[in-house]
Amino acid sequence: MNDIKKLLRQNIRDYAMYIALAVVIGIFTVLTHGIFLSSRNISNLLNQTGYLAVLAIGMTLVFIIRYFDMSVGYLSGFLGAIAANAMVYWGFPSPLAILLVLAIGLIAGLLMAIPIAKLGVPAFIATLAGWLIYRGALLLATLKTGTIIIPDKFFNAIGNAALPDLFPSGSPFIPDMHKLTLLLGLAAIVWFVVRAIVDRRSKQAYKFEVLPSGLFVFKLVFMSLIIGAIAWIIAGYNGISWTIIIMLVLMFVYDFVMNQTVLGRHIYAVGGNPEAAELSGISVKKITFIVFGSMGFLTAVSGILFASRLQSATTIAGAGLEFDAMSAAYIGGVSAYGGVGKVTSSLVGAIFFMALSSGMNLLGTDIALQYIIKGAVLLLAVIFDVQTRVRKG
Amino acid sequence: MNPTILEMRNITKTFPGVKALSDVSFSVKRGEIHCLVGENGAGKSTLMKVLSGVYPFGSYDGDIVFEGAVQQLKGIADSEKVGIAIIYQELALVPQLTVYENIFLGNEIKKGITVDWNATIKKAGEMLQKVRLDLNPSTKVKELGVGRQQLVEIAKALSRDVKLLILDEPTAALNEDDCDNLLKIIEGLREHGVTCVLISHKLKEVIRIADTVTVLRDGRTICTLDAAKGEVTEDALIRNMVGREINNIYPARSSAVSDEVVLEARNWQAYSPGLDRQVLRGVDFKLRKGEIIGFAGLMGSGRTELARSVFGNPDGYHITGELLVKGQSRRLSSPKEAIDAGIAYATEDRKRNGLILIQDIKQNITLANIKSLVEGLVINKNDEIKMAIEYKDALSIKTPSIEQKVGNLSGGNQQKVSVAKWLFVKPEVLILDEPTRGIDVGAKYEIYTIMNKLVAQGMSIIMISSELPEILGMSDRIYVIAGGKTVGEMPIAEASQEKIMALATNY
Repeated sequence: MNDIKKLLRQNIRDYAMYIALAVVIGIFTVLTHGIFLSSRNISNLLNQTGYLAVLAIGMTLVFIIRYFDMSVGYLSGFLGAIAANAMVYWGFPSPLAILLVLAIGLIAGLLMAIPIAKLGVPAFIATLAGWLIYRGALLLATLKTGTIIIPDKFFNAIGNAALPDLFPSGSPFIPDMHKLTLLLGLAAIVWFVVRAIVDRRSKQAYKFEVLPSGLFVFKLVFMSLIIGAIAWIIAGYNGISWTIIIMLVLMFVYDFVMNQTVLGRHIYAVGGNPEAAELSGISVKKITFIVFGSMGFLTAVSGILFASRLQSATTIAGAGLEFDAMSAAYIGGVSAYGGVGKVTSSLVGAIFFMALSSGMNLLGTDIALQYIIKGAVLLLAVIFDVQTRVRKG
Repeated sequence: MNPTILEMRNITKTFPGVKALSDVSFSVKRGEIHCLVGENGAGKSTLMKVLSGVYPFGSYDGDIVFEGAVQQLKGIADSEKVGIAIIYQELALVPQLTVYENIFLGNEIKKGITVDWNATIKKAGEMLQKVRLDLNPSTKVKELGVGRQQLVEIAKALSRDVKLLILDEPTAALNEDDCDNLLKIIEGLREHGVTCVLISHKLKEVIRIADTVTVLRDGRTICTLDAAKGEVTEDALIRNMVGREINNIYPARSSAVSDEVVLEARNWQAYSPGLDRQVLRGVDFKLRKGEIIGFAGLMGSGRTELARSVFGNPDGYHITGELLVKGQSRRLSSPKEAIDAGIAYATEDRKRNGLILIQDIKQNITLANIKSLVEGLVINKNDEIKMAIEYKDALSIKTPSIEQKVGNLSGGNQQKVSVAKWLFVKPEVLILDEPTRGIDVGAKYEIYTIMNKLVAQGMSIIMISSELPEILGMSDRIYVIAGGKTVGEMPIAEASQEKIMALATNY
């Protein structure tokens, strides 16, 4: 028991996030008589989270290095419109259109870093200018017809379709389930367990302290059950979607970079104390460029996911998305003072944020009240964050 | 009228672990210029902060008697109300505002609920005349040089009917003409009946201007000298300033200095990025393998600027002169290049720019050389833990775990983490800027022991320190820096506190 208490106390901020998510899911499930937890609703929820989560991941890095970026909402809308234009009017095949948009996103991010890192313009103003510019650019890009309908099947599949199943539907083996999803879920469990054991062995080889074995097994079983349950729920509807795959892959890549590589360490150092980082031989400018470049790239991914999900580019695509992404990152526990934050938590923050919308929509809550509740939740999350940090001193 | 305007009786002020002032008495006669002198850390600024209410009544022991009444000042607003004004080295003007706005900031002349700007401008003009500053009051403060800004500060103090004006090292950042001008104005104020307390490191100007001098050392009043009786001489001042006992024990070390010069600067000069200030005016030094050289000098003499300009120049100074690393002329244009060239720099203010307080010990130690722990793409975190534990043990950093956040450690342990961080880079030259500032005697001894071990292994150390006993106790050779120049060099055998202080204050 003491071990669990200690573990809880040390990681209160991380666990609080998951506990809060579980509570919200529980409340909505009860209030909607189980509809909230239905396969269909959860699948939709995760698919809707995609474009937001991707932005939230990028925003997390930007927050960590003590900046912020409000230009990304309209930039994602603009980039979606560029993709639509490329396919509909310029005759680009969809893969090429996607590559083009990803490249433009990366460049846009790097351009945003110039005034901020090199010319000393406060991020608020530089990205406010970006917000205006991309808002105009989006209108320009959709000038001809207003909404551009995207007919491309491949492109639209990204935001809407599930992965094809291994076995044809109607085969007698668990007929109502998406088998590939279950298999992927199983693979994820195996991978998680194996990695945890390897990591533990390696720590033991170094004679480091590890979790007591009882607690370790409990953790493995608990996590496996969670992964299994999610896979089971998703498999009950259409199965795992391309959106979820993209979201998860990006999360893994970013989590890997942030936690396992020198670049990640440097990003946290710049956020923790830029002056000390510079004096430790880290180029703060370079890191700023990399982080904003990544933000631009992820904005492009987000724009593609959004346009693909709507199967069209609209004149207001992406409006307000920047603030949703910031909210998701803050709810996920990024420090308001920089230097602290996890991309995985921001992803959970995005799911939490979308779960609020989804649940309240199911309940028929008035949209006005939804905004107010989301605002209150964001404020509470940050108050909790600031207070737990202060106490730790 | 009472001939004594101010009397501070038996002031004692303690900070956690340090007694900054013990039983200090300080008395100022009406209408005189009273200079307060002493080494860095002698307690001058603390005393003035007690007087001006920055350290409020109740946080110190003793009495402040001003104009015949015991004062209980709870803040700067209180001390201003009774007529005490203090002008710090870092000027407290708002650069974007005009001169007249600054002079009456917080003390606005009002007509009903609005500010009477015309009266403000007129009065500001009168105040400027008092400090002999021929200036349009509508000029923005940022357009003025440091010297004139200082005068605006004095004008601001005069606008509040100041009775006692305290100037904390007003001439430190001024050139000779501005200094001269300022001293004349202070003398002028004396004629108008304003009493001045002047904190200064420049003994020449003290001798020129002071009616009375009080010397502080180690938080105690050492003596009060009267100029009229001819007591204020350079000799007397230096003797009383430095007589500090060497009460710390310095671990013994057999010198292992070789002939090989690892780092050398020739006529090293630096200008601030805006080219408006010359921060270094010609520094020359040589550092040999296995040697500890000490850089002594007063606050603002350019020691830290020298270290940072050598360490890859992160401040973007414009530099002339030559830097030789192992005999080769090098231009190091970023801290990274300096680190790659084998130079490490542990900063003066470890909390501000040395450590990442929100990260743990392990991450701080490995930060500057994390690349050495990479396998393929990935940081080997287990190796990282192992290395961190090694360094923790080697430097006896006292902590329950290397995953402890550095912000939670004591000053001494933080300093050890800072040193560990740079040892992990395996440098050939280690620059330590105030390595023992704010840490207790035991931790100091440990830091000294580590330094000895390092030079025995062939590392070379530059130690910048404000504590003369430490400089004398640890260095093989000493350079004295004053006004951005090396003004003296001496082997340890020929060095004394008096000699260093005479060089450091004579410029």
